[in-house]
Amino acid sequence: KWGRHWMCPVKTTLLQPSKAAKMAELGAGSLLTGDPAFNYQEHELNERLKRLYPAVNEEETPLPRSWSPKDKYSYIGLSQNNLRVHYKGHGKNHKDAASVRATHPIPAACGIYYFEVKIVSKGRDGYMGIGLSAQGDNMNRLPGWDKHSYGYHGDDGHSFCSSGTGQPYGPTFTTGDVIGCCVNLINNTCFYTKNGHSLGNKLSALSFCPCLSFQPNLYPTVGLQTPGEIVDANFGQQPFVFDIEDYMSEWRAKIHSMIARFPIGERLGDWQAVLQNMVSSYLVHHGYCATAMTFARATETMIQEDQTSIKNRQRIQKLVLAGRVGEAIDATQQLYPGLLEHDPNLLFMLKCRQFVEMVNGTDSEVRCFSARSPKSQDSYPGSPNLSPRHGATNAHLHNTGADSPTCSNGVTPTNKNKSHNKYTGVSSASASSSPSSSPSSVNYSESNSTDSTKSQPHSATSNQETSDSEMEIEAEHYSNGVTESSTRIMNGTYKHQEILQADDNSVDDSCSSRQLCGGNQAATERMIQFGRELQALSEQLCRQYGKNATHKKMLQDAFSLLAYSDPWNCPVGQQLDPMQREAICSALNSAILESQNLPKQPPLMLALGQATECVQLMAKVRSGSCSFARVDNFLH
Amino acid sequence: DRLVVYLTNSTLKIIYSVLRLICFYAIEKVCYAQVISTCTFIDSDMKNAVIGNNRQKANLIVLGAVPRLLYLLQQSSSSLELRTECAVVLGSLSMGTENNIKSLVDCHIIPALLQGLLCSDLIFIEACLRCLRTIFISPVTPVQLLYTDPTVIPHLMSLLSRSQHTQEYITQIFAHCCKTPEHQTVLFNHGAIQNIAPLLISPSYKVRMQALKCFSVLAYENAQVSMTLVNVLVDGEQLSQVFVRMMQRDKPIEMQLTAAKCLTYMCRAGAIRTDDNCIVLKTLPCLVRMCSKERLLEERVEGAETLAYLMEPDIELQRIASVTDHLVSMLADYFKYPSSVSAITDIKRLDHDLKHAHELRQAAFKLYASLGSNDEDIRKKITETENMMDRIVSGLSESSIKVRLAAVRCLHSLSRSVQQLRTSFHDHAVWKPLMKLLQNAPDEVLVMASSTLCNLLLEFSPSKEPILESGVIELLCSLTQSDSPALRVNGIWALMNMAFQADQKVKVEIVQALGTEQLFRLLSDPDTNVLMKTLGLLRNLLSTRPHIDQIMSSHGKQIMQAVTLILEGEHSIEVKEQTLCILANIADGNTAKELIMTNDDMLQKIKYYMGHSNVKLQLAATFCISNLIWNEEDGSQERQDKLREMGFVDILHKLTQASDPNLCDRAKTAMQQYLA
Repeated sequence: KWGRHWMCPVKTTLLQPSKAAKMAELGAGSLLTGDPAFNYQEHELNERLKRLYPAVNEEETPLPRSWSPKDKYSYIGLSQNNLRVHYKGHGKNHKDAASVRATHPIPAACGIYYFEVKIVSKGRDGYMGIGLSAQGDNMNRLPGWDKHSYGYHGDDGHSFCSSGTGQPYGPTFTTGDVIGCCVNLINNTCFYTKNGHSLGNKLSALSFCPCLSFQPNLYPTVGLQTPGEIVDANFGQQPFVFDIEDYMSEWRAKIHSMIARFPIGERLGDWQAVLQNMVSSYLVHHGYCATAMTFARATETMIQEDQTSIKNRQRIQKLVLAGRVGEAIDATQQLYPGLLEHDPNLLFMLKCRQFVEMVNGTDSEVRCFSARSPKSQDSYPGSPNLSPRHGATNAHLHNTGADSPTCSNGVTPTNKNKSHNKYTGVSSASASSSPSSSPSSVNYSESNSTDSTKSQPHSATSNQETSDSEMEIEAEHYSNGVTESSTRIMNGTYKHQEILQADDNSVDDSCSSRQLCGGNQAATERMIQFGRELQALSEQLCRQYGKNATHKKMLQDAFSLLAYSDPWNCPVGQQLDPMQREAICSALNSAILESQNLPKQPPLMLALGQATECVQLMAKVRSGSCSFARVDNFLH
Repeated sequence: DRLVVYLTNSTLKIIYSVLRLICFYAIEKVCYAQVISTCTFIDSDMKNAVIGNNRQKANLIVLGAVPRLLYLLQQSSSSLELRTECAVVLGSLSMGTENNIKSLVDCHIIPALLQGLLCSDLIFIEACLRCLRTIFISPVTPVQLLYTDPTVIPHLMSLLSRSQHTQEYITQIFAHCCKTPEHQTVLFNHGAIQNIAPLLISPSYKVRMQALKCFSVLAYENAQVSMTLVNVLVDGEQLSQVFVRMMQRDKPIEMQLTAAKCLTYMCRAGAIRTDDNCIVLKTLPCLVRMCSKERLLEERVEGAETLAYLMEPDIELQRIASVTDHLVSMLADYFKYPSSVSAITDIKRLDHDLKHAHELRQAAFKLYASLGSNDEDIRKKITETENMMDRIVSGLSESSIKVRLAAVRCLHSLSRSVQQLRTSFHDHAVWKPLMKLLQNAPDEVLVMASSTLCNLLLEFSPSKEPILESGVIELLCSLTQSDSPALRVNGIWALMNMAFQADQKVKVEIVQALGTEQLFRLLSDPDTNVLMKTLGLLRNLLSTRPHIDQIMSSHGKQIMQAVTLILEGEHSIEVKEQTLCILANIADGNTAKELIMTNDDMLQKIKYYMGHSNVKLQLAATFCISNLIWNEEDGSQERQDKLREMGFVDILHKLTQASDPNLCDRAKTAMQQYLA
């Protein structure tokens, strides 16, 4: 019970399911103790760490959360969830010194890292040292004595920088004092605080505190030397005494103004040309023909691609986004003969999508049977030829997606607005990350798809701790957004439940029900036939190019839709979401552009991708400013 | 004629404008109405001619354009455009040199513009305010002009709601024209706080900034304003919290610094406790940051001065500041201007450095003085800072009076340390420049310097000897004749310290130099402090038997008179106690005793004080009697008899039963003299 109670807040705050799973693992200790206060503290900790270090990817570089029970000298004892450290040696002389390191090193992506230690008792002599050390440093020492270690010592207030002799640094500290250690990975310095007051770092003449120059990973470290010494760590479990966020804000402002004032060189004209080219090529790439033309005219620049070519691409993209994949394939084959023949993978993807759209009832091959949308059938005769009436179709499509031309038709009128909003949200998210589908956007869409289906109210209830039945736990688990493979494994168990669930909600369903292939018998038959063709194509490709797991899975997923009475509301139902068309659409667009010897990515996206990569690289090479130079800070 | 002069050194454009102007006058004299339509044209031309050109501005002023423009401005019959143009041209003229502003003020521009504010047109009001703002922020404008007409301030308050521009200009005028407690009261009484507080969250940075500056000048040493400020809410938030937000590290430095000043003033005025988090954890660290090398020189000066002011009375703040960001060593940098690098590389930089060098040094001295005023450890830290004592010594003889004053303040603060007096003060012979400083320095420096001298003359100070030899007594005696009570106190205080356990020679010298007349004048000084120190001096002079007898033999009569006078007068317990102690000292002399014994009136007084309700006075009086009846001295028997007759034994007997153990012991000792 605690487990579930505990997972609820995590789920609402952390969108990434894998992280949630991680939290569960980390929280294992708390499950045993069942201490609600501790759970609350854990929650506080996660919130605070997320706020302080938003750039840190904890899957790669976890943040320190407690002292490590493994990475310590034997004279050190830990308690209170590994946050309290006490000395249990003889404490005769400096040879009895003992340290403990935190569980993880400080990730460079923090930019600025801070932790505090409260002196619970100064013990016999108060020889406490607070600081940093590297992995592998001798633990039978106080921080600061060895290479790559730094410490501020309570007995004399000296700062030790990888040396047995300290420099006069600050006041002494004793029982009741709160000592903080701040690592600035931007200018590679560190300073200490006492009771919320910065004791300062560099000075002109004397360098009291270290320049952390090039360093291996540093761990928060505390060292004790005489009996009775007890200290408590605060890695973010509680509010810090020192206003670290204020300090960070100064550096954030510094770096932002540095970026804003970054010199772009003498040739201002060239700079402008580059910018114009980026905008123009972006518009052209996505086929915003008229806008691109106007832009070109206003800025007196040239467009590389022929206008007709842009319009053709635009038309094909619109067809895909409207769910008329069959027509899109025809148009592509007609306008760019040989393209799909040379790229069987793409063709297969398109065909799979076409099958999904048939299920959806949007593909023209089934749509022409449907009586439900005579108007669109009217406006589209089903002929792949370029007819004069096609303009009308385009106009119609254009209207539906006025805000964002890539917008697809909504599934149902009632859902339209909602899915539209979601769509734009996701598209911007995927735009900001590199084009190879980022995990976060996929996860997002997964949870979205469940939201938009009828299970939403149900899973919403299961989010609240009131519901207890096992079934609902599973439902919750599912809505949490499990990865695709696990979904498939659990398919069998789900199936039954999902049907039940669908039955439960059948009252709601009946009103705005979406039916297979638009509910038309002939269309269904056409779909089944198409499915067989698709299966044949798959087998043919298999013979020709050998087995392809991706294809197999794609096909399997598509066919799985038929296994459910309500495909829109099933574990693989997200395929039917209009925004799934986007990926295939951009793949097709890129393929066409490549075939025309044009770049398959617009330079703007390349630049964005490069910037994102650079920031990640900065984190890898331990350049702290990356935390304040994140790309999304500059995308409004 | 004037025109000819100007033809030689002005540009064609200005000649053109001037000619037009003259034509304009000529025509206007004939018929004002006919030229009214061309006025706008001429004026806007004039406007373009003067913008950004100080010489042309001066030319126009000399030619008498200002009265003309003012005339047009005040004519309610002129069109609003014309009047606005006039205000704009005047605003442009006021942007020039200080001389321009002087001439404008001499032409009574301020009342005219203030009058203009009564108009309803916002554009016109803004133009007038812009011009007024420029005039009032100039140092040559007498700020009193804002307050001469009592209707002006309320009207300005009412204009605050009109636009962001009026807000900016008016708050800026207030911020510059609030220089005295009276100004603060006037603004306060007209609702400055309620009217300006909402501007702190204005969308315009300039408005926020000027509003903040207003509060800093309003709150300065003003308890009434400060007490009101803490209770003001802006958008549901306490004002102090708004100030704290303005001190966040990503805010512009100017804003952080001014917000810190506001909180400092509120704290010093008693509206915020010194242990409040917004002072300890926000204001103080913010001000320390302002002292760092990264800040501009002006900011460092202001930061240090404000910080010195903030922590002056509070030892805890001094302790915190002394460990924050290595403030003590950070301040050492203040003395490195102009730096040797700047002198070589960059003339402009050198000029800049030179200009601020004095300010930086005096700010650092002030801050050191404040830091070291209470805590011995901090004083030690300060004197151990690189070349600190040398810097103070050279600061004492600097040309800038501000630096000298700050340096002596710093020295004074450090001189409270016994250890420093014994070591670094002596090693660096600080008394030499200090003595030099005491010759014909202004009063404020004298007060500090003489106060420091007092400490240097303490008996354990090794500097005492050389100071004595340098002929300080004359100087101190002259100080006791000063009009300033502070100087009189310091003078007599120093003499008192000097006389403590001093040689006979020194004591005689003091008495001679001071003169009994002056001594008695000081004994009737209206300042209690002076009186106390003078009594202290007398007490120190009248110690050890030979000294007592010698001084009493030459000045006995006057001293006894003075003592009588004080004992009869209306004085505090402390004063009377001190006087009785003097009497006790006199009673300890061999020959001096007789001065008391022969004075029945005095003996009655002693008797009276032995029965006084205050234990301290009883004790001092008993001391006196005990000295008189002491056995082993000549004539003790007669004295004992006489005093017995006067009934002293009964009193002593009673006092042996006193509850105060000291008094009881003393009385018992005295009784034993009779028994022996």
